[in-house]
Amino acid sequence: MSTAYDAIVIGAGHNGLLCALDLARAGRRVLLLEAADQVGGAATTRSFAPGFQVSACAHLLHGLPQSLAQELNLSAHGLRFAATQLSTYALDPAGGAIRLAGTQASGPGLGAGDVAAYASLRTRMGRYAGVFATLFSMTPPRLSLKGWRERWDMLRLALRLRLLGTAPMRELLRIAGMNAYDLLDDNLHSPLLKGALAFDATLGADYGPRAPSTVLSWLHRLAGEQQAGTLGLAQPQGGMGALCDALAKACRAAGVEIRLQTRVARIAVKDDHASGVVLADGHTVAAPVVVSSAALRATLLGMLGIEHLDAGCVRRVRNFRSRGLVAKLHLALRGTPVFKGVDAAALAGRLLISPSMDYLEQAFNPSKYREIPEHPALEITLPSVNDPTLAPAGQHVLSALVQFVPYDLGPDPQAAKARLLANTMATLEQYAPGISDLVVASELLTPADLERAFGLEGGHWHQGGMTFDQFFVNRPVALSHQYRSPLPGLYLCGAASHPGGGVSGWAGRNAAREVLKDGVRHGA
Amino acid sequence: MAHEKAPAPWSAPGTAPANGQAQPHYLRPLLHTPFFEASRPWIQTDSFIAWAGYLTPDVYSYVEQEYFAIRNSCALFDLTPMVKYRISGPDAERYLNRMVTGNISKLAIDRVLYTLWCDDAGYVVDDGTVFRLGPQEFRVCCQDRQLDWFLDCAFGFDVQVAEVTADIAALALQGPTAFAVLQAAGFSGLEALVAMGISRHAYDGYEVLISRTGFTGDLGYEVWVAPQHAAALWNTLMQAGANRGITPMGYQALEMARIEAGFILPGVDFISCAQTLRLGRESTPWELNLDWTVALDKGHFNGRRALLESKTRGVRRKLVGLELDGNKPAHGALVYADVGNNVQVGEITSALWSPTLKRNIAIARIDAPHCDSPASFWVDLYLHRELQWERRNVRSWIVPRPFYAPARRRAMPPPLR
Repeated sequence: MSTAYDAIVIGAGHNGLLCALDLARAGRRVLLLEAADQVGGAATTRSFAPGFQVSACAHLLHGLPQSLAQELNLSAHGLRFAATQLSTYALDPAGGAIRLAGTQASGPGLGAGDVAAYASLRTRMGRYAGVFATLFSMTPPRLSLKGWRERWDMLRLALRLRLLGTAPMRELLRIAGMNAYDLLDDNLHSPLLKGALAFDATLGADYGPRAPSTVLSWLHRLAGEQQAGTLGLAQPQGGMGALCDALAKACRAAGVEIRLQTRVARIAVKDDHASGVVLADGHTVAAPVVVSSAALRATLLGMLGIEHLDAGCVRRVRNFRSRGLVAKLHLALRGTPVFKGVDAAALAGRLLISPSMDYLEQAFNPSKYREIPEHPALEITLPSVNDPTLAPAGQHVLSALVQFVPYDLGPDPQAAKARLLANTMATLEQYAPGISDLVVASELLTPADLERAFGLEGGHWHQGGMTFDQFFVNRPVALSHQYRSPLPGLYLCGAASHPGGGVSGWAGRNAAREVLKDGVRHGA
Repeated sequence: MAHEKAPAPWSAPGTAPANGQAQPHYLRPLLHTPFFEASRPWIQTDSFIAWAGYLTPDVYSYVEQEYFAIRNSCALFDLTPMVKYRISGPDAERYLNRMVTGNISKLAIDRVLYTLWCDDAGYVVDDGTVFRLGPQEFRVCCQDRQLDWFLDCAFGFDVQVAEVTADIAALALQGPTAFAVLQAAGFSGLEALVAMGISRHAYDGYEVLISRTGFTGDLGYEVWVAPQHAAALWNTLMQAGANRGITPMGYQALEMARIEAGFILPGVDFISCAQTLRLGRESTPWELNLDWTVALDKGHFNGRRALLESKTRGVRRKLVGLELDGNKPAHGALVYADVGNNVQVGEITSALWSPTLKRNIAIARIDAPHCDSPASFWVDLYLHRELQWERRNVRSWIVPRPFYAPARRRAMPPPLR
């Protein structure tokens, strides 16, 4: 059968773009389909009030591999960074903050013991994260370890683990499954410092710091940061959308055809093999390979359909946990906010409101009962400080992640949303008195809103929780087939696949490698 | 603390024990079928077994007499405990087609299909029969309860799955005079009923469904009614069959007949993959020698991709029919390739000295590649003779199944005797 395309990629988020790009660079004729009117998926920039632009979902890069930016020469495609190596500031409710940069912690009230202990802990965690980082570019192996690459990967992993040394290896294996609360309590004193680190360990997760697997999600984040190299925590010029715009340019340069506002209704199947896609307008586009970066259930249960799947697989897919608890707050501010006891330079960085681990746990607890936290935990950025193009002169954009907000807001979601906004503003007001008076416009996106806007199933930041049972060989589900769906010719390349969330692009690139490995190329 | 007095073992459920107090139900968890009271007068041995939560006769009087009734006149068997599900709704056909290995879209209304169903890995969960009662209504009969699996499979389909085991009473009437007995009882039109067909009858003010199905490999029918008409049906058939040798039969006689017919039982000849604990004990349809039940060309169904793959990989073992020298049934015996019993190649799962065939037959699991071998095997047999164990090496060889398949089982019109 002759088709115009060798592969169709569904969804032009960073994973979809990178998958399409790698396929095109290997000589495949690729069609990239995006339902929205712009590329980017959860990494987009859009206007939320006249003159104010914001990264609509993800708002900082913390895991974009530096090697990737260099390899793809993204600067040639227009990617600039408004800021790199941003510091984190853990805001003290009494005023002031602890500044975290790499292994350095500094700030008033931080004892010499904690400074040293933090440096030590962060260094150790950095080494462990290095082991995890080797997993990112790997296709999760089968237990039977078929082929030289799987064996080499596992050998490399074992070697990395062993090279830690006996005691550190033992320590990593001890802590990898445990909870961040106990680990941090064992090592540090300052509640503010512990609160901030616990925030990182639960950011985007569906559990509080006392839950098992929170050390894993922290390591996952640190591994991403390690891959970011000198980029560190980075803010693209023009918001997160600029990254995907650059990737789209790279795609087009490599010959990828990108169609926007083109929604895929279903995946066409012929003789138990993917044969293309049927668009929402009824047209069929044929290709022997279909790669979806859309969410897991949307792809398999929605676009493919249950009749093409085995019942056990359907059960596992249904039970893939994707309970998102992050809401997104955007404020248009007519002036520069002042945070108590924090100098203006800090506003360029990343501000955390998570003054203690107990505060964080208590912000999490209500979500279990579909309730709104009285005092939410926040990650705040003022992107217009580093990138004045995002707001009118002298004015600012505030972009904040708000934890923990349930997907299901109960019988009256509007009232719950209003309460969440009020609670969030009250919390902000406590740290930045007078900020409410600066607000010209606001937008609050709950997990359910994020699901609607970005196709994030359950509103989950990473398309699905990052816990051991949904990690590596178990991601998205046990018996996953290395980016292959059960239907031959259909592949998964979204954040629901290994290594999961964070704007790193590995899922897209690993999936492209597997597609190429299968060598299906019926076209032409 | 007062202890609850254990009930007398012979008191029937629902009846008051001698002390006059009502019995807590949990002390007698086994149910009686709706035929129990009507069949009571024929039960002479008081030999019962627990079958799927019901108390059912193992033997009524003599197993030999019951067995020979199947082959020479007819036997009446209470099969109410067989697990039954009602599958209905607009997606019922699609749902079943996705779940089972057979092609349900080719199953006409009022027809029955023997089929398997597999898990994702292509291993057999169970076998059973699917009755198509209407465009959107089916009945599935099987050995084990598996509502959880059926409901799991139902996600995404507009279908209702309900267990109806207790809602439908059923009798199997099996043997050469079965047709004659039903005709004498007043069920008309059965001469046109083909094997695996279903007919419906308004009978004496109640509805009776008759299918030409059974587990004996003989001419036979299964008769289905609402529980409140069970006793009437039993008495009607026993009366109609009085001059045609009708004999109530228990589980043991059925077991003999089913081995002759070459039918297999989960838990006996294979283990459901839902129940295996040890790796590798599951079976594919190929390994059960039931290739004909798998419609690979019907589109996707549970386990299809794994089955295609396992087909290319080849079987690990196969369920085959064996014939053995001598007349001692080789229950559970090990099978060897050599007379010295050094190379074990399998084991026997069901065994019978067939009274009708006068042959020593067995169903056995034989490892590949021996399962396709025309060579003889050697079965290691232990015989208890006059209080002394004796060991025998018996020659054995593969023979086709069914061992016994009289033409009358499918004859049209069915013979009267």
